[in-house]
Amino acid sequence: MSKYLVDKFLFTVDRDPELVERYRADPAGTVAWWEAEQANQILNCIAGEASTWLSFTEEERDALSVHDHVALFRLGAHPFLTLTLWIAMFERDYPEPLRMQRDFAARLAHFNLPYPDITT
Amino acid sequence: MAELVAILATTHHPFFYATSKLPPEQAPPFAAEWVRKVEAYRETLTRARPDVLVMVGSDHFHQLWLDNMPQFLVGKAPCYDANYYNEEREFGLPRLLLRGHEELSAHILRAGLDAGFDFAFSNELRVDHSITCPIFTVRPGNDLPVVPVYTNIFAPPLPRPERFVQLGRALRDIISAWPSDLRVALIGTGHLSLELGGPRQFGEHGPDPEFDAQAVQWIANGDIDGCLANVTLDSLHAPGNATHGFMDFMLMMGAAGYNKADYVDSLDLFHTMEAYFTWYPTGAGE
Repeated sequence: MSKYLVDKFLFTVDRDPELVERYRADPAGTVAWWEAEQANQILNCIAGEASTWLSFTEEERDALSVHDHVALFRLGAHPFLTLTLWIAMFERDYPEPLRMQRDFAARLAHFNLPYPDITT
Repeated sequence: MAELVAILATTHHPFFYATSKLPPEQAPPFAAEWVRKVEAYRETLTRARPDVLVMVGSDHFHQLWLDNMPQFLVGKAPCYDANYYNEEREFGLPRLLLRGHEELSAHILRAGLDAGFDFAFSNELRVDHSITCPIFTVRPGNDLPVVPVYTNIFAPPLPRPERFVQLGRALRDIISAWPSDLRVALIGTGHLSLELGGPRQFGEHGPDPEFDAQAVQWIANGDIDGCLANVTLDSLHAPGNATHGFMDFMLMMGAAGYNKADYVDSLDLFHTMEAYFTWYPTGAGE
C-alpha cells in the first residue's frame, strides 16, 4: 500500500492546470510519466535530492490509469483530493450543476461505515 | 491589555461568494435568504469594532502537505496572499492580499509555546478559503490585519477534540494577556456534518441533520461538557467523512467558555447546514 503516493499524485495534478488537462486526456500515459519522473520528487527539495523508494502498487497504478474513483476510495485515497480533481476534470461533461457530484456519490453507494481508512 | 471583543464561530461555505454575486434571475431560490443571514451576521462583528482579527481555519491541502504536516500552525508574516488556482476554478473565489500583524503573531507563538502548545509557524503563508470565506462574509472590506491559525482537521492522525477545546481556551487567555490596547476579534470556521468525496455528499441536506441540530445546541448553549461527552475522533466519522472540521467549532467553544452565544443563526442548505454564532466576552457588542 502506498496511499501517500496516490494522494501525492492527486495533489500534484490537481494544483497544476496543465496536468489536470493532461490527466483527463491521457490517464495511463500521465500516470506512467508521473511515476517515472515525479513520484520521488520531494516537493520542498531540489531535483537532485529526491527520494529513491516510492512506487505505486499494481492496484493503485491501475485505478489511477483508468480514472477509477471507486477503486481509489476503496484503497483509502483521500476523498477530498479525488473529489476536487474529478470535479476539475469531469464536471464539464455533465449537463447541469451538481449532477457530476451526485453521480460520483452514487457510484460509491455500496460503501458502508466505516469507510476505508485514509490515514497515511 | 488587549480586549477580546468578539468571538465568531461559523461554517465556511466556498459557494457563498459566487452565489451572492449572481443577478436575481440566475440565483438559486435560497440565495436571498442566505445573503440576508450573512449580512445580519456581519453586523455582529462590525458592532464590536475590532482592530485586528485572529482567524482559525484549516488548509485544504494547498500549502501544507503530507511530507511535513503541522497539527497547529500560526502565521507570522507581514502579509498573506490568499486563495489558490483550484479555488478559483471550483468556487470562483478571487485572489486576495491580507495584511498581517506580526507583533500579535509573535505574542501568540511565544505564549502558546510556553503554555504547552508546540505551534509550528510560517513566515510565508498563502491562506485558503477557510480564512477567506469569513473575510468575504463578515469583513468584505478586508481592511483589518489578521493572524491566521491553522489546525489539522484533514490529514489523520489528528489531535483529539479535547485538544481543540484546550487550544481555544489557551487562545482566549493568550489574546487577553497581550500587552496592547487593541481590540481583537477571534474568528474560527469549521463544519457541521459534511461528506466530501463519499457516497453521502451533495444531498438535499447535510449528511446528518440530527447531528447538526445537536451540534447547534451544544454551541449555542456553551455546552462544552455535553459536546465532549458525545464527540470523539471515531464518532465524527458517522455524521459524514469530513465532519472532523467540527473540531474547529469545538476550538471556538473552548474560547467562548461555558457561555451561551449572544447570537445564533443557521440555514439548512443542500449538502451542508450553515451556522453562525457570536459571543461578546466583555459585552463589547451588546
